[in-house]
Amino acid sequence: MRRFAYLRPARLEEALAAAAEPETAWLAGGTNLVELMKRGVARPARLVDLAGLEDLATITPLAAGGLSIGAAVRNADLARHPVILRDAPILAEAVLSAAAPQIRNRATTAGNLLQAPRCAGFLDPGAACNRRAAGSGCAARGGDGRDAAVLGATEACIAVHPSDLAVPLVALDARLRVAGRDGERTIALGTLYGADGASTLPPGELVRAVLLPAEAAGFAGHARYLKLRERTSFAFALVSAAAALRIAGGRIVAARVALGGVAPRPWRPAEAEAVLAGAVPTDALFRAAADAALAAARPIAENGFKIELARRVLVRALTLALRGTPARVPALAASPFAPAGEGARHG
Amino acid sequence: MAEGTAPISPEGAAIGRPIARDDGVAKVTGRARYAADCRPPGLLHAVIAPSRIARGRVTAFDLDAAMAEPGVVAVMTPANRPPLAEDPDAKTAPIVFRLDLLQDDRIRYAGQPVAVVIGETLEAAEEGAFRLAPAYAAEPALVDIDAAEPFVPETVGLGAPVERRRGDVEAALATAAHRVQRRYETAAQVHNPLEPHAVVAVWEGDRLWVDTPSQNVARAQRRIAGLLGLPPDHVHIRSPFVGGGFGAKAFPAGPQVLGILAARLVGRPVKLVLSRAQMFGAVGHRAPTRQTLRLGLADDGTIAALAHHARVASSRFDDFFEPAAALSGGVYAAGAVETTHEAVRLDIATPVVMRGPGEATGSLALECAIDEAAAELGLDPLAFRRLNHADTEPISGRPFSSKALRACYDAGAARFGWAGRPLAPRSLSDSDGRLVGLGIGTAVFPSMMFQAEARALLRADGAAIVELGAHEIGQGAATALRQIAADALGLPLSAVTLRTGASDLPDAGGAAGSSHTATAGSAIHAAGTALVARLAALATADPASPLHGAGNAVLFAADGALHAGDGRRDPHAAVLARAGLGAIEARGAAAPDRAARASHAMAAHGAVFAEVAVDPDLGAIRVTRLVGAFAAGRIVNPRLARSQLVGGMIWGLSLALHEAAQFDPATGAIANADLGAYRIPVHADLPFVEALLVAEEDTLVNPLGVKGVGEIGITGTAGAVANAVWHATGVRIRRFPIRIEDLALAMPGREKEDDA
Repeated sequence: MRRFAYLRPARLEEALAAAAEPETAWLAGGTNLVELMKRGVARPARLVDLAGLEDLATITPLAAGGLSIGAAVRNADLARHPVILRDAPILAEAVLSAAAPQIRNRATTAGNLLQAPRCAGFLDPGAACNRRAAGSGCAARGGDGRDAAVLGATEACIAVHPSDLAVPLVALDARLRVAGRDGERTIALGTLYGADGASTLPPGELVRAVLLPAEAAGFAGHARYLKLRERTSFAFALVSAAAALRIAGGRIVAARVALGGVAPRPWRPAEAEAVLAGAVPTDALFRAAADAALAAARPIAENGFKIELARRVLVRALTLALRGTPARVPALAASPFAPAGEGARHG
Repeated sequence: MAEGTAPISPEGAAIGRPIARDDGVAKVTGRARYAADCRPPGLLHAVIAPSRIARGRVTAFDLDAAMAEPGVVAVMTPANRPPLAEDPDAKTAPIVFRLDLLQDDRIRYAGQPVAVVIGETLEAAEEGAFRLAPAYAAEPALVDIDAAEPFVPETVGLGAPVERRRGDVEAALATAAHRVQRRYETAAQVHNPLEPHAVVAVWEGDRLWVDTPSQNVARAQRRIAGLLGLPPDHVHIRSPFVGGGFGAKAFPAGPQVLGILAARLVGRPVKLVLSRAQMFGAVGHRAPTRQTLRLGLADDGTIAALAHHARVASSRFDDFFEPAAALSGGVYAAGAVETTHEAVRLDIATPVVMRGPGEATGSLALECAIDEAAAELGLDPLAFRRLNHADTEPISGRPFSSKALRACYDAGAARFGWAGRPLAPRSLSDSDGRLVGLGIGTAVFPSMMFQAEARALLRADGAAIVELGAHEIGQGAATALRQIAADALGLPLSAVTLRTGASDLPDAGGAAGSSHTATAGSAIHAAGTALVARLAALATADPASPLHGAGNAVLFAADGALHAGDGRRDPHAAVLARAGLGAIEARGAAAPDRAARASHAMAAHGAVFAEVAVDPDLGAIRVTRLVGAFAAGRIVNPRLARSQLVGGMIWGLSLALHEAAQFDPATGAIANADLGAYRIPVHADLPFVEALLVAEEDTLVNPLGVKGVGEIGITGTAGAVANAVWHATGVRIRRFPIRIEDLALAMPGREKEDDA
């Protein structure tokens, strides 16, 4: 591991000043960054630890409605926060489907959104990877494509974004409060991710909070996250889907859909939402929405199966959402093996 | 866990008791000292630099950059590696594997050590290794088992026949009423014990102290002494606790010797611990297999012919060939049976024994094929297995020394609830619409035994110390062996201390082949028996003893005293006190009974039952119940034996559904070299697992009547899981581990059905 300087500022201004130096990385939970440093994939000269900035770790209501989720709120705390469970339980379902308790006790909200791909080429410092070193090539192109994207892949990068939490957040139109030395700004979460999934934030900028709009709570009664993975827990998504519906008078008033595990960034298929909006929910409608969501999908190497699996996962997620959000997040969160028989908490 | 079926030793006070493991508290509190916990004064840290390419040469290192890193002390390369007394590629013994010890610049697999960097801190050494940036002249590498040209090796496993036959399989197949031919694929696997290979080496002149995990300290001592040109007794291997090995620590691996050489180079103590990624390189793996089963069946359901052919992969530079087909000679009765192997050579590290070597992969294929044969005949898979029960070992015709397999079928089926299982697949579902399937597999593992010695010392206070170079590798050997010692000496458990895990102690054989309790335990039994005989001789010759004049033969030791059949007794301590002895010692040795083994087949048996749930649209699989019933001779400690069996069953589940090392065809390296991408089951994958112990008495297998429990749990289980997946879905997947997409896309999706 490269030698690095470690700073732990107590105030935001100090943190932003420290991060203005080149080759600086923010350290939050460290569950991803420290591993990348051990592998030699990340080689920062300085770490600025956010643990001293206490105002980053709270969840507070916004004056205009909605929630502010501090960037450093731990995954475990997010998943059991009463306001989250009331207004956006799909976030808890997604968070609890990720990693394992020890990691969730450390990992943070913004750190989760900004985590690096698990592509084998990216994780091997000796391999060619355009994401790590622009223009160096893509070692993953030679593989079987199993972990590669089927939507939105670029010539440069075929890795998928690994976050579960980002999938429902993108679906629910979350925004980010971002601080820099020149002040603060608010951006759509979707714009955090460039075409290759990497962060678009300039060096030295810091995510302060994730802002969940007031409208999100309107979907709380019919919102589910479903994750298909190769073991029942502690694995990244092969494919996943967030489906959130607002239903009135037997019709879908509004739909929010996003896919995980299939694209370099959390994938929001507007086409699918358009199919759903205003329609009477049926199996056929959900299949049409899923077809629309995957219409642009293209296989890489041998991963064409992901297109069909993503369709099926989205249909199932929509079916579960229609049935209603359960009163509690199931113990096997987001799993196809979660009991389906629990009563919905909202009509 | 079910009680009541475990045989409780009638004669022993300690054997048969389900006591908790002696070292449990020390382990969970961190007091148990593993090799990497050792920190002798002046310690330096070494890390290996592994090759990025699978074939070619190292052309350059950036030594200046590595040495410029603050704290880097030295870089060991082929140019300055201390000399060896033996060529590490020399076959100096019948069973010895070639090691990569920086003998030249040649690369023969990805992950091969090409240099060792030694630093004042681990971080400095790691950064030095990063900066070393080896340059390569790469050559095309081949890592695909299906793309290489096969050949027939001379032997498989550790010296087993490559082919075995009984009867005329081709003739029997030609005339059989029904024929089933199927091909199965299994993936490469990597042992990945929790504790990575680690070594702490301290040289004192021409004496060497090595703290390192080993499944065979005597073998490690011989190999290391040979390589270094030292008398064996100058090499002191200490291995009191081993954090799992599964075969990866059965032979000293190259990196362990490199740590010793690094200490030689710098003249200071050195610690070298492999990273998790490096565990996917130079320390062995289980080879992938391609297996073809051919069965000829009579109309009455009996097996007329059974042929099992396996293609396995090995390295280009050494010989280890997974004996995947071999077990099929011993499981089911067949009019004619043959087991054959072929191999390919790839640019990979040499595979090595891995828990159930051959048996694990071979059992998976065999049990699937047996199930497919039962389906072909329209028979219940358990009934078909019972019908073809092998009363004698099919390949040899020898009787079994004991075989309680039928009782295992009975006990397992009853506990699991096999009766009433519908014959047709895709017949069951749960309340949420998931498909449910029930599968079975027969478990079998040979009962091996090796040579061992032990010594026992009885002190004047009546306490005993028993010493032998046995191996506590997490399996509970230290506890089970102490139970054997207590009964052999006639002492309460509290009076017996066991010392193990060092090459300075008598050679107890290796912890491998599920043989350790039989091997080391028999030596302890012999030492204890010899010591009691000495004690009895003292007592019966002593006029002051209550046992004076009693014949030795009628004496037995128990509760810390010698007893005559008529109620007279004389405590051990009293015998020594009157004799004026501070202690007496005895040695014992054990070896397999060649005559008994020539005349009898010896194996543990079992039956494993699996229930799975499968999502009908998504193809996700969950093993909801796993029940195994096993007969393995006398059970020394039911609690620890169940733990071993359950551990094996989880391995079997993993073989069927999870584990696969993926060789990148472009680089030849294992692409998923971490425990995130190389998947093993988590707790949520197995909500219910149970191992039942079925009583079995065996007077031939060894003096204690014990068989092994370490590996048998894998066999049967993998096939049971695969068979349950078929029963749930009607889809037979023959490429393992079963992938979600293979199952999902083979099933008709509900949406598609609606569309049709």
